[in-house]
Amino acid sequence: MTDILETGLTPLEEARHGFRRELLDAGLLIASASAGVYGRSATFEAVLTGLDRVLTELTAPLNATALRFPPVYPRADFELTDYIASFPDLSGVVSSFEGGDREHRELLAAREAGERWDGYLTPADVVLTNAICHPLYATLRGRMPAGGGVYDILGWGFRHEPSADPMRMQSFRMHEFVYVGEPDAAQEYRDTWLDKAVDALSGLGLPVTPVAANDPFFGRAGRMLVSEQLRDNLKVELTVPMYGDLHEGTAIASANCQRDHLTAAFGIRTAGGEVAHGACLAFGMERTVLALLRVHGLDVNDWPLDVRARLAL
Amino acid sequence: MTDDTIRRVLDAHGKLRVPASGLDADADLYAAGMSSHASVNVMLALEDAFEVEFPDELLTKQTFCTIAAISAAIGTLAAVPA
Repeated sequence: MTDILETGLTPLEEARHGFRRELLDAGLLIASASAGVYGRSATFEAVLTGLDRVLTELTAPLNATALRFPPVYPRADFELTDYIASFPDLSGVVSSFEGGDREHRELLAAREAGERWDGYLTPADVVLTNAICHPLYATLRGRMPAGGGVYDILGWGFRHEPSADPMRMQSFRMHEFVYVGEPDAAQEYRDTWLDKAVDALSGLGLPVTPVAANDPFFGRAGRMLVSEQLRDNLKVELTVPMYGDLHEGTAIASANCQRDHLTAAFGIRTAGGEVAHGACLAFGMERTVLALLRVHGLDVNDWPLDVRARLAL
Repeated sequence: MTDDTIRRVLDAHGKLRVPASGLDADADLYAAGMSSHASVNVMLALEDAFEVEFPDELLTKQTFCTIAAISAAIGTLAAVPA
């Protein structure tokens, strides 16, 4: 298949395309017509499953409540997250057809004529989940128990950022361990589990570096949010050098203080009645698998024995 | 004059718990209930009201933390009376 994505590239882009091509040739990822939308092979999934067990064992002391949500959630909750204000370019909202036969006939005529038919659709009451912890916050309205709560969330996220870099998928899984409760405890949770995540990922042979980071807030309005996030060190990413000296490294996990951003919007309070704070430890599942493939090679049979053992490969 | 306009913008966009008219010029607006996202809307509305554009270096939390700070920031920009 000729790859329409490969034309006029910088060295970094070439390296990304090269890695993508290796993954496709090895059959680990299966390309689709959309950039950043892939199928996964059984081997890829085996590594991901092994990684997930490592993370579950790591976080066992948390006694987290495990919850699983589908990859869509209510538009009304999406409104409360402010996501459309901060990341309009990454959002994905679901639309469907609510007309009758007459409108359907118009849609079919437009489609037959090769015109856009999206205009015949109406926004549905669900959106694609961008951050997999957002559906959780919607379930926590009211008062938290004394000491707060810890939740284990695994699910599919969507970000509209088509890219040839296999590390930047549009549809991917995250495994998050979320604390919601007292502000001091939230900060301590973030710092403690950041260190444990570094140890766990290093134990898999990944050369991770913690880096103060910011979310890709959109536009001029976003600059204000970025300045606050960086100044207060709210987000720390664990990065791995995927493309040598061409790039400073790609995040495979992050530890974040959400403070009261989501809890205030969703009306979540501590046992004492104050606005609760949230913090989370988040692992990009596909990104971490890809980092393992980059570091240890594309043939998992050749990986170091201790890494294979940890991942039960 | 400037402060009155700032207070009007704050009442419309700041999501403050109290009317801006009741706040001292050096009262902490974030402590009065303005969220980060509300401050973004305040910033955009101030640009419209004063016909100015905040440069990147002023797009920080500190610039919008008090009425006095906002007034000072606007004072450094093109002096367009509202």
